[in-house]
Amino acid sequence: MFLESFLQNLLNALQWGSFYALIALGYTMVYGVLLLINFAHGDIFMVGAYIGFFIATLLLGQYAGSSPSLSPVLVFAITVVVTMVLTSGVGVAIERIAYRPLRRKGASRLYVVITALMCGLILENGNLALLGASRRNFPEMLSKTAYNIGGINFTNVKIMVIMTTIAVFILLETIVRKTRLGMAMRAISYDRMAVPLMGIPVDTVIVFTFILGSSMAALAGVLFATAYPVLEPYMGALVGWKAFIAAVLGGIGEIRGAFVGGFLLGFIEIFVAALFPSTLRDLIAFSILLVFLSIKPTGIFGVSRATKI
Amino acid sequence: MRKMAFFPVLILISAFALALPAWSADTIKIGFNIPLTGDIPKVGEASKYAAEIRLAEINGAGGLKVGDKAYNLEFVYEDNESKAESATATALKLIIQNQVLAIIGPQSSKQAIPAGEICNANKTPMISPWSTNPKTTENRPYVFRACFLDPFQGPVIAKFASEEFGAKKAAVLYDIASDYPKGLAEFFKEAFEKVNGPGSVVAFETFTTKDKDFSAQLTKITKSGADVLFTPQYYDEVPLIVKQARELGWKGPILGSDSWGSAELMNLCGDACKGLFFSTHYAAAGAKGATKEFIEKYQAKYGYVPDDVAALTWDAINLLCQAIQNTGGLSGNIAKDRDAVKDKLTEVKDFDGITGKMTFSPGGNPTKCAVIVKISDKGEFEFFKSVCP
Repeated sequence: MFLESFLQNLLNALQWGSFYALIALGYTMVYGVLLLINFAHGDIFMVGAYIGFFIATLLLGQYAGSSPSLSPVLVFAITVVVTMVLTSGVGVAIERIAYRPLRRKGASRLYVVITALMCGLILENGNLALLGASRRNFPEMLSKTAYNIGGINFTNVKIMVIMTTIAVFILLETIVRKTRLGMAMRAISYDRMAVPLMGIPVDTVIVFTFILGSSMAALAGVLFATAYPVLEPYMGALVGWKAFIAAVLGGIGEIRGAFVGGFLLGFIEIFVAALFPSTLRDLIAFSILLVFLSIKPTGIFGVSRATKI
Repeated sequence: MRKMAFFPVLILISAFALALPAWSADTIKIGFNIPLTGDIPKVGEASKYAAEIRLAEINGAGGLKVGDKAYNLEFVYEDNESKAESATATALKLIIQNQVLAIIGPQSSKQAIPAGEICNANKTPMISPWSTNPKTTENRPYVFRACFLDPFQGPVIAKFASEEFGAKKAAVLYDIASDYPKGLAEFFKEAFEKVNGPGSVVAFETFTTKDKDFSAQLTKITKSGADVLFTPQYYDEVPLIVKQARELGWKGPILGSDSWGSAELMNLCGDACKGLFFSTHYAAAGAKGATKEFIEKYQAKYGYVPDDVAALTWDAINLLCQAIQNTGGLSGNIAKDRDAVKDKLTEVKDFDGITGKMTFSPGGNPTKCAVIVKISDKGEFEFFKSVCP
C-alpha cells in the first residue's frame, strides 16, 4: 500500500517535473548566452499552448472548409512541429523587437530584464484582448488510455510527457556539447567580448538560442495542454515563475541544471502534498528550496563566476 | 511652466465634473459589480446578458413605475476581474463616482464578502445573486442575496451522498485560498460526519487557486477508500479535477455544488462530467412557466442555455425593482432613497422568482429550496430532485 502510493506519486512527480524542466530550459539557455533572465518565457509557453490549440482545432476540422481526416497521431505530430516553428517565430520576434535594440545601445541588463517582464505582460494582455477571457478546451488529439499495473495508474499521455522530456534533454545536451553552434553558445557564455573578435556571428547564435528555448516552451505548452486541457491567458505566469525557480535551483545557465532542478521541484511539490496536509505544500516546498539555496547559492550545477570588469 | 501645468489640472477637474453627474430625476442607476475578466469570465458574461434582456424589457415598456412616476433604468457594468481587491474598488467606484442607487453583485463569495463590507459602510443596498457564503450578509443590514446559503447547501449534498449512494466515507478536495469552496467544504464535512460519525470524511485535501495538477491529492483520495468525492470548485477547475481523478483510478461518484452550474462546464469537460451530480439553484432542462420563458428569451438572443448565475441575476434585478416600487416614490435624495430601498428589501414576502419562491427576513437571506441536478448523457443539466429547508 505504501509502496503503491510512493510509485504512483513518483510518476505524478515525473510528469509535473517534466513541465518545469522543459520551461526551465528556455530560461537557462538564454541566461547562459546573454546573462538575461527572459521573464517573457512563461508567456511564450502560454502562446505555444494557444498556437497548438488553433492548429489542432484547424486540423481536426472544427472550422468549416478544412476537414482533412488525418489519423490522430499524425495530427498530434503536425501540431507539435508547426507549433514549435511558429512559437520560435514569436520568441525570435521578441528578441529582435525588444532585446536587440537595447543590447545595441549597450543598456544595462536591468533594463533588458524589465523589458522582458513587459513583453510577458503584453503577451498575456494581448491574448486577453484578442481572444477574450473565456477558457478554451484543448481538443483531445490522442485518445487517453488509462493503464493500471499493480495498483499504479497512468495514462499514455503521462508516459509520453516523461519520455519526451528525457529525449529533449539528450538532444539539447548533444547540440550544446557536440555541434559548432553549441560550441559558439558556450563560447559566448564564457567570454562575450572575445567571441565576436574571433569572427563568430553573435547575433546568429543568440537567435538560435531563442529558437531552441521557444520551441521547447512550445513543446511544453502543447504537452501541458494535452495533460491539463483548460487554456487561459494567465496559464504561463505561475508555471513560468516556478520553472524559473527550478532553473535557479539547478544552477542557471546549465542545461543539466534545468532538468534536475525541474524534476526536483516537481518531486518536492508532489511529495510534500502527498506526505503532509496539502495546505502546507508551498510553504514546505519553498522552505526546502530556501534552505538549499542558502547552502549552495549557485544551484546544483552552477559554478560561481567572478565578475569581469 | 506654470501655464503648462494648468491645462492637465483643468482637464482633470473637468473629467471629475463629468464623471460625477448629478442624481438625475428620471433615471435610476443600478451598478453591476461582476467578473467580466479573470478566472470566471463566463459568470460575468451571463450576469451582463441577463441584465441586458431585463433592461431592454423594462425600458421598452416605458420604464419602472415608482409611485406615480416612471423612471428609466440605467445599468452600469463594472469589471471586478474576479479579484477581491478589485471588487472593493469597483464597489466604491459605483457608490461614489457613479452614484448608483443599489448594486447587484459580486457573484462569488471571494469578492462578495469584501465588497459587502464596502456597500454596508457606505449605506448602499447590495444584492449578491450567487454568493452562498454566510459571511456575505452577516451583520450587514444593507447586504442581501438571491440564493440559499452554504450551511444549507452543505448538508443537502451530504444527505444526498449518504442516501443516494449509501456513502459511509467521503473525500473532499477544495481550494483553501477561496472563501466559497473552503466554507462549503467545511459545512459538508460537518454535516457528513454528523450522519456517518466522526472521521467519516477520510480525506480532506486542499490546493491553492491556479493549481493545475492535483495528482498528489487525488492519489491520496483514491487510496483513502472513500465512497464519494465532493469538490465544490468552479467550472474551470472541475474538468481538470474530474479528468485527473479518473486517470488516477477513482471510480466512485463525484459530487459538486452550485459553482459547477455554468454553461461553460460542458464545453470544457466533455464526456468526463456526464453522469455526475451537483446541487444548485435551478435546472434548465425541463423548466416551466416564467423560468422557461426566461430560458427561451436568453437562448434566442445569445445562443446558449443560461446558467444559474444568469437566472439568479435576473431574480436579483426583479427583487430590487420590486423593492424600489414598494418605496412608493423616490425622494431624489440618494442617501434617503438607498435607505428606503434597503428597508423594503427586508420586507419582501413570497417573491415569485424564476429560481423559486423567496421570503426575506432582516438577516438579508432568503428562504428557498435547492435542486440536485444530474448531468445527462446529452450534457444537459437535468432536474433530479428538490430539497427544501
